Amino acid sequence: MLRRTLLAATAALAAVAAQAAELKPAVVYDLGGKFDKSFNEAAYSGAERFRKETGVAYRDFEIQNDAQREQALRRFARSGYNPIVAIGFSQAAAVEKVAKEFPDANFAIVDMVVDLPNVRSILFKEHEGSYLVGILAAMASKTGKVGFVGGMDIPLIRKFACGYRGGVKAANPDAVVFENMTGTTGAAWNDPVRGGELAKAQMAQGADVIYHAAGGTGLGVIQAAADAGKLAIGVDSNQNGIAPGHVLTSMLKRVDVAVYDAFKDVQDGKWTTGFEVLGLAEGGVGYALDENNKDLITPEMKAAADEAAAKIIAGEIVVHDYMSDNACPY
Amino acid sequence: MFDAAILILDSTVRLSTPLLLVCLAGLYSERAGVIDIGLEGKLLAGAFAAAAAAAVFGSPWIGLAAAVGVSIALALLHGLACITFRGNQIVSGVAINFLAAGLTALLGQAWFSQGGRTPALGPEQRFGELSLPLAQTLADVPVLGGIWSELISGHSILVYLAFAMAPITWWTLGRTRFGLRLRAVGENPAAVDTAGISVARMRYLAVACCGALCGAAGAYLSTAQSAGFIKDMSAGKGFIALAALIFAKWRPIPAMFACLLFGFLDAAAIRLQGVSLPVIGSAPVELIQALPYLLTVVLLAGFIGAARPPRAGGVPYVKER
Repeated sequence: MLRRTLLAATAALAAVAAQAAELKPAVVYDLGGKFDKSFNEAAYSGAERFRKETGVAYRDFEIQNDAQREQALRRFARSGYNPIVAIGFSQAAAVEKVAKEFPDANFAIVDMVVDLPNVRSILFKEHEGSYLVGILAAMASKTGKVGFVGGMDIPLIRKFACGYRGGVKAANPDAVVFENMTGTTGAAWNDPVRGGELAKAQMAQGADVIYHAAGGTGLGVIQAAADAGKLAIGVDSNQNGIAPGHVLTSMLKRVDVAVYDAFKDVQDGKWTTGFEVLGLAEGGVGYALDENNKDLITPEMKAAADEAAAKIIAGEIVVHDYMSDNACPY
Repeated sequence: MFDAAILILDSTVRLSTPLLLVCLAGLYSERAGVIDIGLEGKLLAGAFAAAAAAAVFGSPWIGLAAAVGVSIALALLHGLACITFRGNQIVSGVAINFLAAGLTALLGQAWFSQGGRTPALGPEQRFGELSLPLAQTLADVPVLGGIWSELISGHSILVYLAFAMAPITWWTLGRTRFGLRLRAVGENPAAVDTAGISVARMRYLAVACCGALCGAAGAYLSTAQSAGFIKDMSAGKGFIALAALIFAKWRPIPAMFACLLFGFLDAAAIRLQGVSLPVIGSAPVELIQALPYLLTVVLLAGFIGAARPPRAGGVPYVKER
């Protein structure tokens, strides 16, 4: 009898606990890992901000190999986590599969579209942010020549390049833009030596500001620019601190905002699924200004970039999206 | 035009250096009869050890020592598997590649929590560029000044070490007792054994030399050429070096030229990307990048003379009783 009462009490307690902790958000990072100083770390900081503001704990998982994507998502779904945010385009197949198995759970994926009724697909207008750093690059360049080093040659990276080119040409129509891709395989994201050599090649041709969208390869680009006393532009997270004084700015992709919003929307009961495209207007992209680069960005440069940002938000400037027609008009 | 050529050659020297060190490493091992597919793994492990030690202790020299140590340890592991236990040398080499790829990322993540990366290294934690005497004064002299101040001066000390290692290796293998014995255990171990020299000992010494050079190459990658370790940063250089070794027919001086050629092709591919050339239009970068492998295959097919590997290569030595 006593035992039964105890059992009942425990069950009741568990039920109460479940009610109190109704919101159980979770995030699954991509292969780079939580502290990659770039893409995944942005997601982490968004989740942390949510935890600090609301006091609601979240669970996260750093996958060590591709097979774990599905396992991690499924485990979170089975334990009632909601929403489950998957970071990175390579999670698409896993999200699609698991989202079908758990139609009552809410999923979100960053950088890719998964067309299911319980999935929110979050995309960024990288071309708008790249346009702004393009303006800054053209204005900071003394030679009128700037460079771009991409990672793997895929349409997403061409989108960065095209927006950048547009910004450079808008600020200085005579400017020359050197554009190089590191490679055509996944290894192109982790080849700092090649990134450094590409940057040196561009600098030998006269480039003095080089923007990278190349993951780990980009660290070689930043290093080469810093060694030569030239300027580099970071990407995704704020990379201004990697070589202070030599990183002009960083094109921010606010994955943290996407993660924070996903958690917050479920908490507030405002969860929506379908596409969500974050551009300048939504605060999804931008450029970084902090104590590391405040001496590099002159007031005129800041004014020009902010003016362009305002025009893009107002719709007066439409930055071409390379992925819409696989061509760059600039 | 001349300046552009100097810049390509300068880049060639930088890109050839890790290939040359790894190629000579492979040469020691293979001339002693131990096939080494695991060069890539030792290079990667060396790069990681160098960057990690340099980041923690603040000196590139400690990094270099750590890289050489770790790489020798892996080489001895390979030796243990295929000299003492007479295992399959290819399998052991492949295993070392996997071990290095997995372990570097895992340890990097566990120690530094930056996605398998080591912290970015500052100038005092890296091998800087050495300025040779007169580089500044001669810089304005036409032709000679460019060659001396751009091409020859201004590299890291490991670059000079690598290019010095080619003649040193030639002399060691060709002119010393150690070299003669090393080559002999790769050609006819039974004869060496009959002469009263331990085949196993010679082969262990050879793989240790191999490990030391791979470690130096790894240190160059992570603490001279770039500033820190990144997952999989060796990007196939160990395999290109292996191709260069075959291309050079297992000889040290040709190995140096093979590595320079492969480095030059890489440098040219980088510089020519997106450049439009007369007649052919846009530069065929993919073709240039594939050339090292194509040349090696052509050579193996017997078109440019025969490539004859050491006779006892890949065969564990079993003492007849």
